[in-house]
Amino acid sequence: MEFLSDIASLINSTLRISTPLVFAAMAGIFAERSGVIDFSLEGKMLMAAFVAAVGSYFLGNPWLGLLLAIIACVSLSMLHGFASVTYKGDQVVSCVAINILIIGLTTALAAAWFGQAGLTPTLNEDQRFLEVNLPFAGSLRDVPIIGIIYSDILSGHYIFVYLAYLSVPLVFWVVFKTSFGLRLRAVGENPSAVDTAGINVFAMRYKALAINGVLIAFAGAHLSTAVNANFFREMSAGRGYLALAAMIFGKWHPKTALVACLLFGFTDALQIRLQGVELPAIGEIPVQLIQAIPYVLTVVLLAGFVGKAIAPNAIGQPYIKER
Amino acid sequence: MAPVDKSKVPWWVSNLIVPLVNLTLALLVSGLFIFIAGENPYEAVRLIIYGSFGYIEGFAYTLYYTTNFVFTGLAFAVAFHCRLFNIGGEGQAYIGGLGVFLVAINFSFLPVPIVWLLSIAGAVVFGAAWAFIPAYLQATRGSHVVITTIMFNFIAASLMVFLLVDVIRDTSQMGPHTVALPKEQWFPSFKDFAGLFGIKIRYSPLNISFLLAIAASVFVWFLVWKTRWGYEMRAVGHNTQAAIYAGISPYKNIIIAMCISGGLAGLLGVNEILGVHHKIVAGFPAGYGFTGIAVALMGRNHPIGIFPAAFLFGILYQGGSEVTFDMPNITRYMFVAVQGVIILFSGALENLFRPQIESFFVNRLNIKASA
Repeated sequence: MEFLSDIASLINSTLRISTPLVFAAMAGIFAERSGVIDFSLEGKMLMAAFVAAVGSYFLGNPWLGLLLAIIACVSLSMLHGFASVTYKGDQVVSCVAINILIIGLTTALAAAWFGQAGLTPTLNEDQRFLEVNLPFAGSLRDVPIIGIIYSDILSGHYIFVYLAYLSVPLVFWVVFKTSFGLRLRAVGENPSAVDTAGINVFAMRYKALAINGVLIAFAGAHLSTAVNANFFREMSAGRGYLALAAMIFGKWHPKTALVACLLFGFTDALQIRLQGVELPAIGEIPVQLIQAIPYVLTVVLLAGFVGKAIAPNAIGQPYIKER
Repeated sequence: MAPVDKSKVPWWVSNLIVPLVNLTLALLVSGLFIFIAGENPYEAVRLIIYGSFGYIEGFAYTLYYTTNFVFTGLAFAVAFHCRLFNIGGEGQAYIGGLGVFLVAINFSFLPVPIVWLLSIAGAVVFGAAWAFIPAYLQATRGSHVVITTIMFNFIAASLMVFLLVDVIRDTSQMGPHTVALPKEQWFPSFKDFAGLFGIKIRYSPLNISFLLAIAASVFVWFLVWKTRWGYEMRAVGHNTQAAIYAGISPYKNIIIAMCISGGLAGLLGVNEILGVHHKIVAGFPAGYGFTGIAVALMGRNHPIGIFPAAFLFGILYQGGSEVTFDMPNITRYMFVAVQGVIILFSGALENLFRPQIESFFVNRLNIKASA
């Protein structure tokens, strides 16, 4: 049975580790489907983590921290829109600026306000999200198979984990089954046709960016007010880029992006398990090399063993309305 | 506001006035950050100027930082002319440093000037090699270099820590660094030169790599604007389809541009290893690679702009360390944020006031001309 519980804990970690990636990938889908490149997922996730932790610390309620994080991320998305949609600046430059700005600003402010080299104070139980135990999880634990699946894998996660996996069908529905989604995709593929149909291209892109900001805020809050009980410097650790790679690998589609996120999460969970373990024939792999596995996997996935990635047609191009 | 006729705008308005206005805006926002952090922005500016110009060691430090930023700024600029965002300067510099060290330690039997030349070549080759894989994947698979180069930064960091801990560590010491290079291989520093003129300086990281930075700037200018290859590369960056019709291979140019970019970033390793640390220490690129992005965008991707932009960031870094020394609420991360703001205003938002400023000057000149 030890083997089974090992597998269960591995799946359990996979679900947890994939959570911020899922939120970020869904956020990325909205921005990029509307034709706006979003490399700034990384910076926004970090900003959300910082604001959620600080907000929750001062206000004493993690939900208020989350709310502030949403406001902060939507503002950053609007800044990105202001620079790259309204002022037609380079979208990638705008993202790089936001990422570097946020890496610096979060750590600098944390140090200035709390004086702990870029850490925020540890949150107590009232100030952070706690694990949610699903009903009957305890009593069902001893039932074979179902017990493991229900009690050990599905139960006992943070609220964000459940929200992340619920967001996937929701995003799918919005993007592919509603008229808003149709317009969103059209704006990313052929903005001038959408403009001809009387739809405001700029407004659509701003709306997409606003949704993007809300979704990415959940990823950051998950990191600093659920899995960890504080913010620390550069705690997003490249997850924004990983999620973007997952989204591209998933061809800008929620379902396939989810699969890619889970693959990343699984590799990361496995990576943690492999540290310090003697493998047959290879021996112990140095920890630094094991930690590089998710990053190597990102490059491998991007290189795409499943065909070349085809982005939305108008991605990265500012829309210039004819005069 | 209607855009003005570009040909009527004098060069100094678009290349001098507009960047200066953007820089001013960026510095104003930065001042706001310092205020939020609970310090006096005016006092911070005073400390920055004193720290970077006020005494000779400080000024030497400013020029030492300038050296690093010239390398990474040029690196970003070269790739950018081909519309490639090489934000992997950090990793390429790290691996470039490995190249410098391996060449210097293994060829120590050769005369010192030859070892220097070989080490510089080692930096370029290692840096270029680290940029080659993202370049190849971009050219053949369309994998966006922003993601792949960032990933290669993480991979380089893991790889180097692995090497420094398990493979090339100086086993007689605790810290993750290599043995020091033989003393005769160390680049002559500003301290040595000042000593010749009877000026006593305690320590200075400034060394003859500064001259290499000047040489690299001239090289980039010549390569990008005066050679056929530079023309082809800019053509691919400007309009890939048109370039293809003109018989220019985007595939070849993407790879060459990224490799040269990586090689230039690798030169940071020359300054840091031969000039300053004389061994590989963990994390020596210390963010200089990222600063190169801001430097290049502020310098409008031209060596003549990059050099003063690098100097400005040198002032900001050296003056900034003076600030962190005197102001407990400011850490060096504040100056990372300042870089972000500068990239925002001189890169993404560069058109914010451009039409207004250009039409203002064009109208003024017209009035003068007709009067």
